[in-house]
Amino acid sequence: MPNTSHDDDRIEAKFGELRGLREGALIAYLTGGDPDPKTFLANSTALIEGGADIVEIGIPFSDPIADGPVIQASSMRALSNGTTPLRILDMIRELSTEFPVPFVVLSYYNPILAMGLGRFLQKARESGVDGIVVPDLPVEESEEFRNLSLKHNVDTIYLAAPNTSRTRLRTVLDKSKGFLYLVSLYGVTGPRDSLSPQALEAVRAVKSLARGKIPVSVGFGISQPEHVSAVIQSGADGAIVGSALVRIVGNHLDDPSDAETQLKKTVQSLKEATRLSSN
Amino acid sequence: MKKHAEPRTYSKPGKFGKYGGQYVPETLMEPLRALEEAYNRFSRDPSFKKELAGWLDDFAGRPTPLYLASNLTRHVGGARIYLKREDLLHSGAHKINNTLGQALLAKKMGKRRIIAETGAGQHGVATAMACAALGLHAEVYMGSEDMDRQKLNVYRMKMLGAKVHPVESGSKTLKDAISEALRDWVTNVQDTYYLLGSVVGPHPYPTMVRDYQSVIGKEARKQILRQEGKLPKAIVACVGGGSNSIGIFHSFLHEVDVDLYGVEAGGESLSPGQNAAPLVAGREGVLHGMMTYVLQDEVGQVQTTRSISAGLDYPGVGPEHAFLMTAGRAKYVTVSNEEALEAFESLSQLEGIMPALESAHAISYAMKLAKSLGTKDSIIVNLSGRGDKDLEIIAKHLPR
Repeated sequence: MPNTSHDDDRIEAKFGELRGLREGALIAYLTGGDPDPKTFLANSTALIEGGADIVEIGIPFSDPIADGPVIQASSMRALSNGTTPLRILDMIRELSTEFPVPFVVLSYYNPILAMGLGRFLQKARESGVDGIVVPDLPVEESEEFRNLSLKHNVDTIYLAAPNTSRTRLRTVLDKSKGFLYLVSLYGVTGPRDSLSPQALEAVRAVKSLARGKIPVSVGFGISQPEHVSAVIQSGADGAIVGSALVRIVGNHLDDPSDAETQLKKTVQSLKEATRLSSN
Repeated sequence: MKKHAEPRTYSKPGKFGKYGGQYVPETLMEPLRALEEAYNRFSRDPSFKKELAGWLDDFAGRPTPLYLASNLTRHVGGARIYLKREDLLHSGAHKINNTLGQALLAKKMGKRRIIAETGAGQHGVATAMACAALGLHAEVYMGSEDMDRQKLNVYRMKMLGAKVHPVESGSKTLKDAISEALRDWVTNVQDTYYLLGSVVGPHPYPTMVRDYQSVIGKEARKQILRQEGKLPKAIVACVGGGSNSIGIFHSFLHEVDVDLYGVEAGGESLSPGQNAAPLVAGREGVLHGMMTYVLQDEVGQVQTTRSISAGLDYPGVGPEHAFLMTAGRAKYVTVSNEEALEAFESLSQLEGIMPALESAHAISYAMKLAKSLGTKDSIIVNLSGRGDKDLEIIAKHLPR
């Protein structure tokens, strides 16, 4: 059986706790092992100290088709220092032992398949992973994966896009656990200056179908506090920020301690924007 | 070879046994559904079929001959070797069969912006030609390394009116060009048609591209029956993504006495990174939207490939080939760089035909195979393209 020392449904509990505080969740992403294991651990700690509610760690893949240049570059940095899925899970174990925040892993499907679905999910759970996002695994292809995730108590977080039909959206909402990952735009990951025109409309449409049964978090192109507060005020339960943070890592390869300071400060201001009462 | 009746376990649309499928970001699910629907509708529409047949005949130059290579046959001493002359098509290769079909479909769907990926540039050129002829706007993604290696094709595409986007990510070759085209499509789904060049990617591409290429096998079947009075003993074709091979295999799948051979690029050796032979040297995985055989390391990172023929340089392969191999219906083998060059030289000097380096892989294996068969047997080699594009590379290896 999966590791029982780790509480189940911590993602759901976190969203519940934040609802009570009238706050949205700030989900902060970094690519695992970028630019090296030691810096990555320090940067992850900075996210948590800055106030990230949920930490999302990416497993780098050689062919990340849903990612823009910022995360592509971070994946290449991580892979070139020999990062493997198992090493990342070990690092998450270190972090989850020390900090009580929920952890989500993002991985393309092939590295998971290569390890074996059951073995990957069991390892993930033992390392303190609460949920998993697989950007190239739509619900239609994921029956076995979802069954194994349920068995190992790892939440399956599916994605919805602005063009996902209502029929599909119902299925995706029904199959998702932890939260639904709403892609805010047509495109790949990457920081944008402004929120996409479809974003807020998509939030309202998805929220009305979700009927409070599952939290909805918005990602892709969310890089600034104004974006975060706009999606939270439109009803989203969480905002996911990735490339804007990974860019800080990439811009401070020569002065990693400066990256930590910057990350912490950025996360603080993003977190502040999730507080409905102060907006 | 283990033989099964024609594999009927194509479980559901888009699945070849366990292979194929749609492993793509959510944003592509809706456009793939729309594409499948349009494809199904137009593939049954008599006026669409007639229009496409007209383009294939009058613009591309179909039907292509089935040519008895009698000098090569005599030289080898064995089965009669026939060549399906796709090299004689406009653009110089079979790629145009698919680009005309898809470009016409895109036009019917009301999409004016066409994107494509290209490795050696052959699919890019065939896309640019089809788009110019049909009045569509083409943008082609090409790895910057491939652009350096294939300067002439870059110029051809530009002259034909296409825009060429250099791809600087990853290994800067075909696999990265496909990734970049997928990223473009995710971003511009509303007005853009992705014209994939092989039987790879998410459903419906492997099925749709196979159907557009199956004209090769349909013609070849009629021609061999007319010329030989019986079916051939074997069909041989090279496999990169696998579109020319699936195109000629398909009309013979039901004929269990016809052996099917797919020839992958053995490169320098079968060690990691030294070949482009996912079916022979890879294992199951998911790449570019499909479950198939993939050249990858032990933790699932996709490996770079290496072959003298850029058109075979891809770490994945069409999912239908993965199915035909595991079902025992087709056999997949490799031919090395050196053997392909020898075959290029033989065909040039014995028959006066210079094959593309890709097709030279098939020629090489067919020569070995013919020797092992009787003189009453025949085999068909799909001569998928002509060698003009490769002369610079070949001249370095075979100086005169």
